[in-house]
Amino acid sequence: MLRFSPWKITLIALVGLAGFIYTAPNFFSAETLKDLPGWVPQRQIVLGLDLQGGSYLLLEVETAAVQRERLETIVDDVRQSLREKRIGYTGLGMSQGAVSVRIRDAADVASAQETLDGLVNTVSANLFSGLPEADLLVVADGTHFTLTPTEASQRERARLAVEQSIEIVRRRIDELGTTEPTIQRQGDNRIVLEVPGLDDPARLKALLGKTAKLSFRLVDQSMTAQQALATRPPQGTEIIYSNEFDPPQPVLVQKRVMVGGEDLTDAQPGFDQQTNEPIISFQFDTSGARRFGEVTSKNVGRPFAIVLDNEVIAAPVIREPILGGRGQISGSYTVQTANDLAVLLRAGALPAPLNILEERTVGPGLGADSVAAGKIAAMIGFSAVILYIVATYGLFGIFANTALIVNVALIAAALSVLQATLTLPGIAGIVLTIGMAVDANVLVFERIREELRNGKTPINAIELGYNKALTAILDANITTFIAAAILFQLGSGPVRGFSVTLGIGIITSVFTAFVVTRLMVALWFRFRRPKELVL
Amino acid sequence: MFRLKLVPDQTSFGFIGLRKIAYAISILGVLASIALFSTKGLNYGIDFQGGTMIEIATEGPADIADIRSRLSALNLGDVQVQTFGAPNDVLIRVEQQGEAAGNDLSAVDKIKAELGDGVEYRRVEVVGPKVSGELVEAGTLAITMAIFLMLLYIWFRFEWQFGVGSVIALAHDVLLTIGIFSLFELEFNLSIIAAILTIVGYSMNDTVIVYDRIREDLRKYKKMDIGELLNLSINGTLSRTTMTSLTTVIALAALYIFGGEVIRGFAFAMIWGVFVGTYSSIFVAAPLLMILGVKRDWSVGADSAAGAKP
Repeated sequence: MLRFSPWKITLIALVGLAGFIYTAPNFFSAETLKDLPGWVPQRQIVLGLDLQGGSYLLLEVETAAVQRERLETIVDDVRQSLREKRIGYTGLGMSQGAVSVRIRDAADVASAQETLDGLVNTVSANLFSGLPEADLLVVADGTHFTLTPTEASQRERARLAVEQSIEIVRRRIDELGTTEPTIQRQGDNRIVLEVPGLDDPARLKALLGKTAKLSFRLVDQSMTAQQALATRPPQGTEIIYSNEFDPPQPVLVQKRVMVGGEDLTDAQPGFDQQTNEPIISFQFDTSGARRFGEVTSKNVGRPFAIVLDNEVIAAPVIREPILGGRGQISGSYTVQTANDLAVLLRAGALPAPLNILEERTVGPGLGADSVAAGKIAAMIGFSAVILYIVATYGLFGIFANTALIVNVALIAAALSVLQATLTLPGIAGIVLTIGMAVDANVLVFERIREELRNGKTPINAIELGYNKALTAILDANITTFIAAAILFQLGSGPVRGFSVTLGIGIITSVFTAFVVTRLMVALWFRFRRPKELVL
Repeated sequence: MFRLKLVPDQTSFGFIGLRKIAYAISILGVLASIALFSTKGLNYGIDFQGGTMIEIATEGPADIADIRSRLSALNLGDVQVQTFGAPNDVLIRVEQQGEAAGNDLSAVDKIKAELGDGVEYRRVEVVGPKVSGELVEAGTLAITMAIFLMLLYIWFRFEWQFGVGSVIALAHDVLLTIGIFSLFELEFNLSIIAAILTIVGYSMNDTVIVYDRIREDLRKYKKMDIGELLNLSINGTLSRTTMTSLTTVIALAALYIFGGEVIRGFAFAMIWGVFVGTYSSIFVAAPLLMILGVKRDWSVGADSAAGAKP
């Protein structure tokens, strides 16, 4: 137990040295580090939001909205394809996650089957069978047809919606110009958003609270909106309320979209040259500009509606064909809201609404206070433990304390290199590790004391002490490590930060106590050859 | 040379003789904890109950009564206002506003509008009903899983009696911790779950050290009376147990006193856990082996079958 080959000694020394080198960047400011050559370690410990201040939001993508939209599309498709084939139908509608329709004439059932089967597409290959899978299940019961989206296709769509949402959220937040937000997917349909340094997420929430689905559609003039409300809107149209007036006025618009938000290439806030009111000016891409040009040429004199998130935000009359693909939206905007809408339009629409499930914001003041308090606590705890150990074990206590310092350096280095997040409970984890790290040393030292009492020679006592303490040290630390691993798996945010420092601390403290201290004891023994050992 | 020795070199305290008193204390404590938990319950933080927590700092000492009356005028249901550490530091807790987290978020806006910009918002936390339910589940699952995996590990490394004994000791520690939180109405939040898991780890650590020595002594003294042997093992590890517990408590006490208000509950739980964990490994885990009936023949063949290293 006390023999160390030269290469082993070198290796242990190198590990210890690496601990100090990789910890060093934390003592310098980021600016100083930037000027250093590239080979110098520069990674610093990442502080969690509770320490540096910032906002944490847990968002949920409302995938149910995606499914509902899917059913609406299927209804439209069924209507259109049956009409094209001139097949009479009745009772077309959605119920319980499926679309159902009844064919009027039993003679048409065969051709209806064929037509509806034509709506079926294949989704990407099934994960298990490797075979392509249909995205729609068409079941006929006499003249009654049910079209149910398959579960695989639903999952696929939900997955895409979440992915797309993450991308859009990222774009919207980038527009805020905050520093390094992190956006992560969690579970099936959740997004974790962390924005360091943001102490009031009101604007962030306003930006995320809108899906920003923009469409340009013609206003239907076959009847007035009031008539449509009293009876029923004609096929292919719907009532959408306009917020231009108070109380909101209904507008009868076509469901067909001339141009949508996805056709925009740019949107910028600006001011109207005549009224000097804040406006948003936008620019369509080539195909969008062409379509907009065509439709406006054919419908001069008719009004069209700009619809945003199921609200008509403007319904101007087309005075002349709009060919350049440019336009502007005006209304009662402030500079801020005009700017936000421009951001939303540039970033694109969310495929589904986002719900905020959890919000945690820590102001910079509290974060700084926590860091300061944590530092003081760690230093006082550290000093007290060190004094106590020296008082108890003398020279061997100094060995143990040296190992303890190496231990803390290794934890800091590991956190820096792994870029693990240090949270307030994480600091608690380090303080706890400081307290527990000496345990392995204590176990060994107490064993050595015992063996000395039993009349063993110093060398034998040390050998036996390390030998006999090993199983206890391993068993004890593995069980604690199990707890840390479970915390890491199941915990989130600050709790996870705690498990990280605890886990790292267990590994480094076993290493330092059992290897570093033992090496020091061995070297001391080799040079001093003491006849007597007082511990 | 001076050496600080809180425990004399060789002790022979009659721990096992005290076991009946210890059982009585433990059973009473556990029953009281269960009774407290089921009648009084726990003071759940927003992590588990949902709702809103806002920490503000005012310019001068805060007028709690004024803040309370202004906030209750907002009709947000149950609103608690209290100082938090410093006299100008105020913690506001608002109960959950219905089924959607959006209502809680708008409650925050209302409070901010009422209190204005004159105060510093140090912390705003909103936990919706969906999440809080899941956090309860994840917390309970974490503790149960940790205990179960440790049972397996100890079983594998020792014998089943040791596994069962250590798990009973762990459950004892967890229950007593929950009991003390219920008794003093301390806030029970996510970080307390982390603390309990660490207590579980620490207590297990302690128990394993004692068990390891018992295993060793069982091999050494094949004919010794089991009570005597347990006493010998506990006394043999006593100096280590006190030393480690003390260093850990020293570090934790620094955290409790200087670590700030946010971490205080966590540090308290841990300090309590170290005491309970140390007590339980000596007075619960070890004597339980007598009741469970530990195997006496630790000859080499049986030893390797148990998977233990010599």
